[in-house]
Amino acid sequence: MQHDEVIWQVIRHNHCSFMAKIETGKFCRNPYNVTGICNRSSCPLANSRYATIRDHDGVFYLYMKTIERAHQPNQLWERVKLPRNYEKALEIIDKNLMYWPKFLVHKTKQRLTKMTQMRIRMRKLALKTREKIMTTPRKEKKREARREEKAEKAAVLDKSIEKELLERLKKGVYGDIYNYPADKYNEILDKEQLAADDIEEDEEEAEIEFVEGYDDLEEEEDIEDFGGLAVNKSSLDDDDVGLDDNDDEETVAVDHKRVRRESSLALRKLGNDEGGTKPKKKARVLVEILMEDRRQSTESVRGVFASFRDCEQVHRQSQEFLLSLIDRVATC
Amino acid sequence: MTPRTIENTREPDETVCRPDDDELFAGNDADEFSSILKQGCAPKILITTCRFNSSRGPAFISELLSVIPNSHYYKRGTYDLKKIIEYAKKKDFTSIIVVHTNRREPDALLIIGLPDGPTAHFKLSKLVLRKDIKNHGNPTGHIPELVLNNFATRLGHRVGRLIQSLFPQSPEFRGRRVVTFHNQRDFIFFRHHRCVPLEFISCYMWTILCSYLTSIMKAFCYYECRYIFETKESKGSDANGKKAKDAKSEKTSQQKVITRLQECGPRFTLKLVSLQHGTFDTKGGEFEWVHKPEMDTSRRRFFL
Repeated sequence: MQHDEVIWQVIRHNHCSFMAKIETGKFCRNPYNVTGICNRSSCPLANSRYATIRDHDGVFYLYMKTIERAHQPNQLWERVKLPRNYEKALEIIDKNLMYWPKFLVHKTKQRLTKMTQMRIRMRKLALKTREKIMTTPRKEKKREARREEKAEKAAVLDKSIEKELLERLKKGVYGDIYNYPADKYNEILDKEQLAADDIEEDEEEAEIEFVEGYDDLEEEEDIEDFGGLAVNKSSLDDDDVGLDDNDDEETVAVDHKRVRRESSLALRKLGNDEGGTKPKKKARVLVEILMEDRRQSTESVRGVFASFRDCEQVHRQSQEFLLSLIDRVATC
Repeated sequence: MTPRTIENTREPDETVCRPDDDELFAGNDADEFSSILKQGCAPKILITTCRFNSSRGPAFISELLSVIPNSHYYKRGTYDLKKIIEYAKKKDFTSIIVVHTNRREPDALLIIGLPDGPTAHFKLSKLVLRKDIKNHGNPTGHIPELVLNNFATRLGHRVGRLIQSLFPQSPEFRGRRVVTFHNQRDFIFFRHHRCVPLEFISCYMWTILCSYLTSIMKAFCYYECRYIFETKESKGSDANGKKAKDAKSEKTSQQKVITRLQECGPRFTLKLVSLQHGTFDTKGGEFEWVHKPEMDTSRRRFFL
């Protein structure tokens, strides 16, 4: 005799190992359960006549349990393979569960529907690429972070970048863009200091005579060095940075700047007379060459290399300005 | 007596490139980048993200767009990466960069060369956006100069060429933009600078003049003059101390040329996770190099 009631009473009130109670309800973990809920009518243990659909590797099987085989647990469940076609599977269910209670038939068909939908979705997803989340153990993450810190400290980035750039400059990769002739520049500098002594008197005149400064330019030693800075000043005032237009102003103000610079240098290098004579001699030669170059460049190259010169002028302007600042600081 | 550093005591690696290695040059000619690096086809980069975008992702991508010239951003949608690769090939892109985010932070970078370029998967970390850098500068549109430091081994050389193929091969020096990929102990540090070399006279007026100079430079911003090499006359030691002695000794003025760098653009570090021979294909692809945890056992062994 099958005592479904007794079984249910025992299971329900004492303990069922398949029951999972969560806040939304009681669920049954038994693989043969049709609905998945722990119910008197859905419990496969408490019903001697039961039917389910289970899936194995994408193939659906209808499982049935009858009271006649209740004493043979080994052969309890009868299995029928269901076809792929949904409608045909429904017909087969109908045929097998013909005189069974409506509840079971209905629930079985519902389960079949759900499972076919799931099967379709799983197949579609398997075709698409899914991102797989790989986890790294925490220890490794920390180790990597530590090593990265140390590597960053070991790589003194700023210095190495600067070193690399300087190497490239020395190799000449940049060509003449920077126009940094260190030796020439030094000589010119020294030259300037001495010339400052001579021209100191002209300082005040130069300040006043802006317009006529153009003539004085031709006597200057290295116009290129001082060509730009004046514009800087005027441009700062006017917010107008168009060097190309300001050539005249340049040359004029140049004189002004140059003189001041010379005076400043003179102040600083009063004590140094030894190096004075030599640069002077060299200076004269250089001066002629530079002046000629300047003229040629201005005539022929003006249009084409305008921007090029601008750069030079810019940094010369900067030099000029700096020196003027030195001067100011020195005086105060 | 040089102090012992990890770089000094690095485990000898037989794959380190030597400057006179013919095989290396032959390999370079035959590899996928040679067409870009030599014949000067302009690189065209496609930047995209992983499927789910996050907060920092778009900011990082916009900065990448400004760093790498001729790069375009396309939204990901839900296209397969392989489909994206085909699409890019049709549209004549030379590489694809995929920025992958994890937990709302850009996490990984996938650089795929086209047409059959190698796929390099990098782990991204320590991302600092431009707005978070103090005194940052703004990059211009000039083609930047590339600095690739310390890519010693064959693998490193290959990765270096992959990175090189992202940028056009004709840098505009006047723009004074430098993009640096510095490899140190298998970490590739990315920096983006504007260089300012200056010519200077005084050395004790250094700091004062520095500030004046930067103000000047800003006034000249339209020149986009970011490079100035500084020649610093450094008198032997402290200027004040030496002045007394200067009367006797001739002024020892050494001219040093220094570059001053202004950081602009993001900074981040990359670590190579895997390098695959063809385009992106995790299942069927041939991996040239894969990082395994067992490679981390020795502290002095590096692969790049």
